Amino acid sequence: MPAGLLGIEELERAEIEAILARAKYFQPVQSQSLKKLDTLRGKMIVNLFYEASTRTRTSFEIAAKRLSADAISITASGSSVSKGESLVDTLNTLAAMRPDAIVMRHAASGAPHFLARHLPTPIINAGDGTHEHPTQALLDARTILDHRGTLEGLRVAIIGDIAHSRVARSNVHLLARFGADIVLCGPASLLPVELAQLAPGVRLTTDIREAIRDADVIMMLRVQLERQHEAAFPASEYFQFYGLRLEHLDLAKPEAIVMHPGPINRGRELSSEVADFQRSVILNQVENGVAVRMAVLEKVIGPGAGSQGPGAGERQ
Amino acid sequence: MSIVIKNGRVIDPASQTDRIADVLIVDGRIAGVAPDLSSPKAQVFDATGMIVAPGFIDMHVHLREPGFEHAETIESGSRAAAAGGFTSICAMPNTKPVNDSATVTSYIVERARHKALVNVFPIGAITKGSAGEELAAIGAMKAAGAVAVSDDGLPVMSARVMRRALEFARSYDLPVIQHCEDLHLSAGGDMHEGAQSVRWGLRGIPAAAEDVMVARDLVLAELTGARYHVAHISTRHAVAMVAYARAQGLPVTCEATPHHFSLTDRAMAPYDSNYKMKPPLRSGCDLRAVVEGIAAGTVSAIATDHAPHPGSEKMQEFERCPFGIIGLETAVALALEELVHPGRITVNRMVELFTTGPESVMRLGRGTLATGGAGDVTVFSTEAAWTYDVNQSFSRSRNSPFHRRTFRGGPMATVVNGELVWQK
Repeated sequence: MPAGLLGIEELERAEIEAILARAKYFQPVQSQSLKKLDTLRGKMIVNLFYEASTRTRTSFEIAAKRLSADAISITASGSSVSKGESLVDTLNTLAAMRPDAIVMRHAASGAPHFLARHLPTPIINAGDGTHEHPTQALLDARTILDHRGTLEGLRVAIIGDIAHSRVARSNVHLLARFGADIVLCGPASLLPVELAQLAPGVRLTTDIREAIRDADVIMMLRVQLERQHEAAFPASEYFQFYGLRLEHLDLAKPEAIVMHPGPINRGRELSSEVADFQRSVILNQVENGVAVRMAVLEKVIGPGAGSQGPGAGERQ
Repeated sequence: MSIVIKNGRVIDPASQTDRIADVLIVDGRIAGVAPDLSSPKAQVFDATGMIVAPGFIDMHVHLREPGFEHAETIESGSRAAAAGGFTSICAMPNTKPVNDSATVTSYIVERARHKALVNVFPIGAITKGSAGEELAAIGAMKAAGAVAVSDDGLPVMSARVMRRALEFARSYDLPVIQHCEDLHLSAGGDMHEGAQSVRWGLRGIPAAAEDVMVARDLVLAELTGARYHVAHISTRHAVAMVAYARAQGLPVTCEATPHHFSLTDRAMAPYDSNYKMKPPLRSGCDLRAVVEGIAAGTVSAIATDHAPHPGSEKMQEFERCPFGIIGLETAVALALEELVHPGRITVNRMVELFTTGPESVMRLGRGTLATGGAGDVTVFSTEAAWTYDVNQSFSRSRNSPFHRRTFRGGPMATVVNGELVWQK
C-alpha cells in the first residue's frame, strides 16, 4: 500500500507529533505577505471530492498552492462520476495522469482504503463516510495545543451525533494516543455502546452536563441531518437536551475552549452566544486547517517522503 | 460401466458403517460395500488413506442461471461443486426471472440435465418474484422438480403471507427455507453491528434482525405444523431458539455455512467486500454458538450459500458491493480445519452434516451408500495439504475470503451417478 494518510488510527503517536510540529512551523506562513514555499514545486495533487465540501477542499487547495504544488480539484457533479463511471475506473484514469497524490472525500466509509489497495498513488483521506477525517483531527489537535499547550491528560467532551461522525472517530483515535480523558455525549440512539471500545479512555454519557463538567475542551459536532437515515431522535427537542448554551460553560474548567468543525448551525447544536463566545476557537480551527494540511502534504509527497520509518521526512 | 473405489475408510452414517472397504458402483447405482470387491472392466480409484462417503449434498447454492450467467452458470457452478466434493446441489430461486413457476423450474432441470456435472435440484420461490406478497405456483413447481421453497436473499416479511406459505407447503410436504432477516432492523446495514462496524463507520446489521424473524417463524411453524428450515443460521439466540423448537418436537431444522463457523467480524479485512455477505460475519460469541449447535445436533447441515458475483460488482465501495461469497470449493476443507481437526466434532459427524443431515431436510433420496441407491460418492482426505487459489476456481466468480489459505485435508474425488466427474 502506498504511503498516504487514510486515518488517524493507523498513525503512531510520534508521527502525529511530527505533523503537529511541522504545522506549527507553517502557521506563520499564513500571515506573511509572501505566502509561498518551494517545498512541493513540480508536484501535482488531485483533489477529488465526491461529497460537497467548501472548507476542506479550499483548505487543501490553499495548502497545496502555498507549497508550490499544482493542484486541481474535481467535484463529483460535472465529471465522469455523474456519467456512471465506477470509482475504480475514475481513479485509474486519474492515476494514469500521474499525480503525486490524490486527496479524496467520499460519502462511503472505506472508499479511500479500497482504492489504496488498487492504486499506486498515495491517497489522503479528506473524510470518508462516517469513518475518519484525519486532517480535521490533526487541525483540532493543533488548535488545542495552541490554546492549552498540551494534549496530555486533557478532559475532552465530544457532543452530538457521534454515531455518524467521522470527526469524532478521528479525534478519539488522536486524543487517546495522548492519554486524554474522552467523554462522548449524544442522544442514546446516536451513541452505540461499542463506541467505548474505540480507544482507551473513552466514556459515554447521554447527559450533556455530565459531559461538560470539568472539561478542558468541548467539541461540538454538526448535527448531520443528511446522514440521518431515520428519525433516530426527535429533532424538535435536540437543542433542548444537546445544544450547548452559555450556562453549560460554567460547568467546564474556567479556561475551557469550545470547538466545532463547521459549518455551524446556530440554534441547533450550539447557541449563537456560544458561537461568538470569546473562548470559542472555531475560526482558529479553520486557520490551522491550512497549516496542518501543508504538513500532511509535505509528509506524504515532500522531500524525504517514501523513505522508511515513522516520521521520516518531517524536517528538512 | 462400473467403478470400484478401493481401500478407503468407508463412512456411511445412514448404515452406521465405518470400516476399510471397497465401494462398487455399477450402472450408476451402488452395487456393494465390502472388502475386496472387483468387477471386470471396472475403473479403479485407489482411496488408500482416504475417506469414502456418500455423495455430499449442498442444499444452498446460487447458480445464477438463468439471468446472471456472467456471474455463474449451471455448468460452471456444478464444476465448482464437483471440485468441492459435492454430488448434489440445491439451486436457490433468485435468478432472472425468479424461479417462481413450473416453466423456470423445468428450464433449470433441463439445463442441468445437459450441462451439469452433478445433480441439481431446484428450489422454488415462496412468493411471486420473491416479492413477499403473493404465493408462487408451489404445487406446479413441485411437479416440475422443485424440492423446497424459499425466497432466499429476501425474507418473507409479512407474517400473514408466511403463515399461508407454510400451510400451503405443508400440503405438498415441501420444506420452507427462510432467509431470516427483519428488513426494518437490518435496513442499510453492510456488516454485523458491533464494535467493528462502529470503528469502521459502517452501518450495522444487528443480530436481532435474525433473532426476531426466527422467533416469529417458529411460532408460525408451530401454528401450521409445516417443515420449516432456517437458512445460514448465524446468531446465538437463533441457534438457541431452533434447539428449543426441536426439543418441542417441531419439524424445524437449520443449516450453517462454513464462513459462519470459520470467521467473525473481527477477521474481516477492512472494507474488503470478500467478507461481505448476509447474514454478516458475526461476533465470536455467535460463532461459538453456531459451532456448539453443529456439535450438539441443532444444526442439521453444512450448506455453502455459494453466491457468485463478478469482480466488477465486488470492486466497488464496500457499501455498494453486493452480498455473498463463493464457497463450494472450500466447504469440506473448512469443516475439517475448523470443526474436525480442533476436535469439535468427529469426522463421522462431519459426514452426516454433508449427507444424512441435508437429506433429512430435503429428502432427495440421496446421502447413503445403501445398495441400489444412487452411485454418488465423495472421496476426501483429512490430511492432504493444499492451498486454495481462487483464480483456479471452476466458478466464474472470484469472491472468496479464503484465497491463498492453506488447508489440511479436502476433497480428493467426486463420483456422480457412477461417473468419476472430478479428481484432485
